[in-house]
Amino acid sequence: MADYPTKLADLPKEERSVSSGHRLCTGCAAGTIARLIGKAVPDKPLMWVNATCCMEVATTIYPFAAWHIPWIHNAFENAAATASGVRAGLDVLMRKGRIPQQDTEIIAIGGDGGTYDIGIQAISGAIERGHDFVYVCYDNEAYMNTGIQRSGATMHAAWTTTSPAGKAVLGKKEFKKPLLRIVAAHGLEYCATASVSHPLDFVRKVKRAVDVKGPAFVHVIQPCLRGWRFDTSESFQVARLAVESRFFPLYEVYHGYKYVLNYPNPALSKVPVEDYLKNQGRLRHLFRPEKNQEIIDVIQGHVDLEWEKLLELAEFSEKSAIY
Amino acid sequence: MAKAKTLGMMGDFAVAEAAKLCNPDVIAAYPITPQTIIVERLSEFVAEGELDCEYICVESEHSAMSACFGASAAGARVFTASASQGLALMVEIVYIVASARFPVVMAIADRALSGPINIHCDHSDAMLARDSGWIMLFTEDCQEAYDTTIQSFKIAEDKRVSLPVMPCLDGFVLTHSIEPVTTLPIDDEETLDGFLPIRDPLYKLDIEAPIAQGLLALPEFFMEIKRGQQEAHLKSIDVIKDVIQDFGDRWGRYYPVVEPYRMDDAEVAVITIGSATGTARVAVDVLREEGKKVGLVKLRCFRPFPEKDLQAALKNVQAIGVCDRAISFGATGPAYADVAGALYGRGPLLKNFIIGLGGKDITIDTFRTIYDKLYADLAKGEVEERVEWIGIRE
Repeated sequence: MADYPTKLADLPKEERSVSSGHRLCTGCAAGTIARLIGKAVPDKPLMWVNATCCMEVATTIYPFAAWHIPWIHNAFENAAATASGVRAGLDVLMRKGRIPQQDTEIIAIGGDGGTYDIGIQAISGAIERGHDFVYVCYDNEAYMNTGIQRSGATMHAAWTTTSPAGKAVLGKKEFKKPLLRIVAAHGLEYCATASVSHPLDFVRKVKRAVDVKGPAFVHVIQPCLRGWRFDTSESFQVARLAVESRFFPLYEVYHGYKYVLNYPNPALSKVPVEDYLKNQGRLRHLFRPEKNQEIIDVIQGHVDLEWEKLLELAEFSEKSAIY
Repeated sequence: MAKAKTLGMMGDFAVAEAAKLCNPDVIAAYPITPQTIIVERLSEFVAEGELDCEYICVESEHSAMSACFGASAAGARVFTASASQGLALMVEIVYIVASARFPVVMAIADRALSGPINIHCDHSDAMLARDSGWIMLFTEDCQEAYDTTIQSFKIAEDKRVSLPVMPCLDGFVLTHSIEPVTTLPIDDEETLDGFLPIRDPLYKLDIEAPIAQGLLALPEFFMEIKRGQQEAHLKSIDVIKDVIQDFGDRWGRYYPVVEPYRMDDAEVAVITIGSATGTARVAVDVLREEGKKVGLVKLRCFRPFPEKDLQAALKNVQAIGVCDRAISFGATGPAYADVAGALYGRGPLLKNFIIGLGGKDITIDTFRTIYDKLYADLAKGEVEERVEWIGIRE
């Protein structure tokens, strides 16, 4: 069993992945995600395959690059397929003795657009083929790089520039796609949700994912201050509320089957989802000019339903004798 | 000493044999008619232990080219094959691979693009990728498809070039036709007797020497990067000729970038691409028997466009017919436009013939009609109809 850091001070001081000097927005947690991934695996050679996204455009504007490790970008929808190729290339060249034997880990990373929507085919294919890599989806619930358009990850009722809150339609009509359950259905050894508000949990999950021989997947929520309309200082608080309100529970799925709930503790009293919604500008139309209790109730109902489903899955796996 | 063998092979088999000989490290495979047999055959080589490579069964052509990109970035020699809709689906990444200067080799079994859906030959698929930055070599028969596949790796990996190469063979006409193919007599299979050394990449994903690749280039640098690609293409023509020479000197088969046939005293010439050239050769012989001074120019290398070689081959003719197996709707066939550009201000009558779309038969009579039309225009001293479609129902 790997050693997991128990406090932030235990993490390596050294920056292994992205360096300072990148051009992400002030207060954006995408940079934190990249840094934490690097710190999660201090002892392993790391290569990085980036989908087209904020993290890509903000860290590699020619002729500058803010990366300490071998880094490559291909296009929007194909980070997983590109990672397949890198994996195959490294494996065969090691086998033929043309490069040194190294336990190189490949991180493929994309936003929610590049994962939930346009990239899901390539991800499904790469997981099905069993390539050894870790896919990280940093989910900010819209196409932020192109200016806040709705994606399959955008929550119900949220304003985006393609799901505006008008008189006839109040933001996005559909609900967030259950990404991790879709990924878990492939039966891969390990996948998990994480949040920037729980960095040690995230680090542990990245480490766990890296240790898997084969594909692993980490889905991390990353509130976007520009798209969600909150102050630059609030990324982590908003993320924490996403978890505590059970809107974005943190859990792991082993072998596509065994569900383990991490946060929030089901024994704690429920934080109403309204607490999570009320400080986000993208949901302002639910509170002003007057409160739209009906939609808030719909969102709460959906959260409760998903939560029940998750508890059931966790309880079922606990009872199951298979694992 | 190994000996050359002459075997009956379909074009697809010939390409697979040639690719195998080149020891690709990674193959990305996705089926599409009429290419499928290439990747099927390669999977058999892997299954039998005759080829040591990572064979990735991707879930689409888009991912095929994406995986080729990743594997080539890691430093591997990479091969894939595609056609028609497959090439259309991956074309986004086809451009990116060229811009990244990765020496991927992809055989194209030329097939019409939908719609309507059609599985037979024309060049509309390859022409879709014409401006992508790949070197494009078209082949006339199965032997040339075999030899060109081998040459493609050598050209692509030459450090003066470092560009991806697309050897093209006509769907069904070559891919599924059995012809005698003479294999290379190779003793040292690792380097093809020194012709094709193990790939030594200019840059690669390397833990010891980390670099970032695939960066965002804004207006300060974008045009300069594109200019670099253009320079590489323009310079590659000499490397292509060197490789053709080296290959010919070793194994006796030469394939010029532009091949004239009975052009010495020709008044009227036709330009062909791909397998139609074989039929056109016969037509030229027949018409020569009848006393007509006709000639033929085979355009083998389409990108880079061998402008000077074409000018030299066509310098004495009075009328030229460019045969395109593709059409740029609302304009002309793509080869016609390039030839017209190369010959601008040089005098001969120039006409475009659209032939063989979607597998429409190209026969000796097709070329008889073409030469007749060129003679008729020559008699009038002008081209009345610049683009004519041959052999279609009116």
